[in-house]
Amino acid sequence: MKTLFDKIWDRHTILVRPDGATLLHVGRHLIHDGSRAGFRALAAKGLPLRSPERTFGTPDHYVSTASHDVNAIPEPQRREMVTAMTENQKQHGFTMFGLGDKRQGIVHVIGPEQGITQPGLLMVCGDSHTATHGALGALAFGIGASEVSHVLATQTLWQSRKPKSMRITVDGTLPPGVTPKDVIIAIIARIGAAGGTGHVIEYAGEVFRAMSMEGRLTVCNMSIEAGARAGMVAPDETTYAYLQGRPYTPSGADWPKALDYWRKLPSDPGAIFDVEHRLNGAEMAPMATWGTSPEHAAPVTGHIPDPARAATAEQRGAYERALAYMDLKPGMRIDEIPIDRVFIGSCTNSRIEDLREAAAVAKGRTAKVPTMVVAGSGLVKLQAESEGLHTIFKQAGFDWREPGCSMCVGMNGDLVGAGEHCASTSNRNFVGRQGRGARTHLVSPAMAAAAAVTGHITDVRRLMAGEAA
Amino acid sequence: MNKFETVEAVAVPLEMPNIDTDQIIPARFLWRARSEGYGQLLFNDVREAGGFILDRPEYKGAEVIVADKNFGCGSSREHAVWALSDAGLKVVIAPSFGDIFFNNSFKNGFLPIVLPEQRCNELRAALARNPGAKVVVDLENQTVTGPIGVNDGYGQDSFDIDPFRKELLLQGVDDITFTLSQGEAITAFESRYLAETPWI
Repeated sequence: MKTLFDKIWDRHTILVRPDGATLLHVGRHLIHDGSRAGFRALAAKGLPLRSPERTFGTPDHYVSTASHDVNAIPEPQRREMVTAMTENQKQHGFTMFGLGDKRQGIVHVIGPEQGITQPGLLMVCGDSHTATHGALGALAFGIGASEVSHVLATQTLWQSRKPKSMRITVDGTLPPGVTPKDVIIAIIARIGAAGGTGHVIEYAGEVFRAMSMEGRLTVCNMSIEAGARAGMVAPDETTYAYLQGRPYTPSGADWPKALDYWRKLPSDPGAIFDVEHRLNGAEMAPMATWGTSPEHAAPVTGHIPDPARAATAEQRGAYERALAYMDLKPGMRIDEIPIDRVFIGSCTNSRIEDLREAAAVAKGRTAKVPTMVVAGSGLVKLQAESEGLHTIFKQAGFDWREPGCSMCVGMNGDLVGAGEHCASTSNRNFVGRQGRGARTHLVSPAMAAAAAVTGHITDVRRLMAGEAA
Repeated sequence: MNKFETVEAVAVPLEMPNIDTDQIIPARFLWRARSEGYGQLLFNDVREAGGFILDRPEYKGAEVIVADKNFGCGSSREHAVWALSDAGLKVVIAPSFGDIFFNNSFKNGFLPIVLPEQRCNELRAALARNPGAKVVVDLENQTVTGPIGVNDGYGQDSFDIDPFRKELLLQGVDDITFTLSQGEAITAFESRYLAETPWI
């Protein structure tokens, strides 16, 4: 009796040393403009790229979202990160979706979009949010620059020990206004930012079965914010319907063979997980973070906790430091947190459903603070424009930009100013993450749009009910 | 990569849990060349705010950090290890680590050690009472001893390390060479794998 994780791990095991170290085969290696160090290490050793046909990339971290002309990047060293990727592509011949290609975008958006991501694959990328791809039933995790060079050279990766397994079951039906982003923030608030350390999470239960592929991608994306190595959802009809007909998806006679393989992947009934958590989806509410760790989160109907009532001295210290940085007071209502800026985008929330969700709230309303919307790929942007979403955003005064990692990552010119509170659909509210002194509040796209049109964190359900902003 | 040798050095207690790699090295420095060095940028923004423990004179020359849980969580940036290593640090001891940071460490001859939370708390408290006290980290024998030279909290802990990683650290070599020597096994695997799932 095996879990989904066990099945993929076992299938990709090339050899196990007597000391337990396991050499795994990498089915798909995703790269981006931050992967340059890996190519440099490869060059330093004089080694070729072993499997260009299993290597796919796009520039995302360093690109400008104001213009996709590479010369729009003002800093020469930053520009070089993007141009180096083009040069590496010419030298090594991997598949690249470059600037000017409508398929370019955030690597974790385009993998599923192109059908590069598939159930049962082992995938890695030099980026911590690689767990995103687990939404399709792949085992996908982030690696560092040295490991990137190892994969480039050998198409394999050593794992000293097999991670443990964790199942998080969320049953019930999500109430209106509660989105996949709220579900994953609620999970992190429950198990903690280190709650998943050393584990691969499988998300199970009615809520994930009913969830769209876009939603599952959002949930798996933030597994790393719970400390987990990877997050996964078992493939099902939703997965297969999403994949069929995509450019890199198996087709013709291979499609039924692939389906046959994929259908055997879900965890066997009775498979044992090392750790189990259960949450009730029906009790969930829209969430927002108030502090500097993703675990510092509360329902929008709640209050900022009082450090004096923290469970441990360590937690009290962490709360006090977080509130000092955020310039917020214990006991304050979450929906009274003032917002100076809004960011809708990132590998967590830049897919078409995210943009629809934000547009539904923005429609007919006007931004009170600067608001940026960054589609996750050129194709998402085109889809949104074909649906008229960009018109809704522009009429609301939102800035409609070119695809990239943008304001999530603080390294491409899209920054939150020092001291500003930003309602952001990204994944990390760390100190300085969105810019030096930036104060990030993680929310869903709907909640971000609600904050944009009100100037403070707002329970989006009030706006959904027709209340004026 | 240098061979990892026994460390006897000043240890710094860092009290914060969840120290993320954005704090260890802020994103705006990541496009610098590796050759420029990252040591002076370690904890840049925290240090510029003033009063950071690593800048206190008694901790000058520190090679060991004793931290709280989930050290190195967040971004996969290996620059976090480069910054620590370039600043002269060789070991971080904590109750738990961000997985990717943990893996990146070994690739740079840098040793992350997991000790129980209670023991990390005791060690930090003893180091706080005796600023500038040293500890000894012996990889060969897998022990942490200290603080030494003060009659306070002295003790010895054993730690676990995966044998393959220990071997690579002690020899100062990376794993690519070893992996390339397994070329036949990899090729055989790929033939079988592709026969079963040809669309990949």
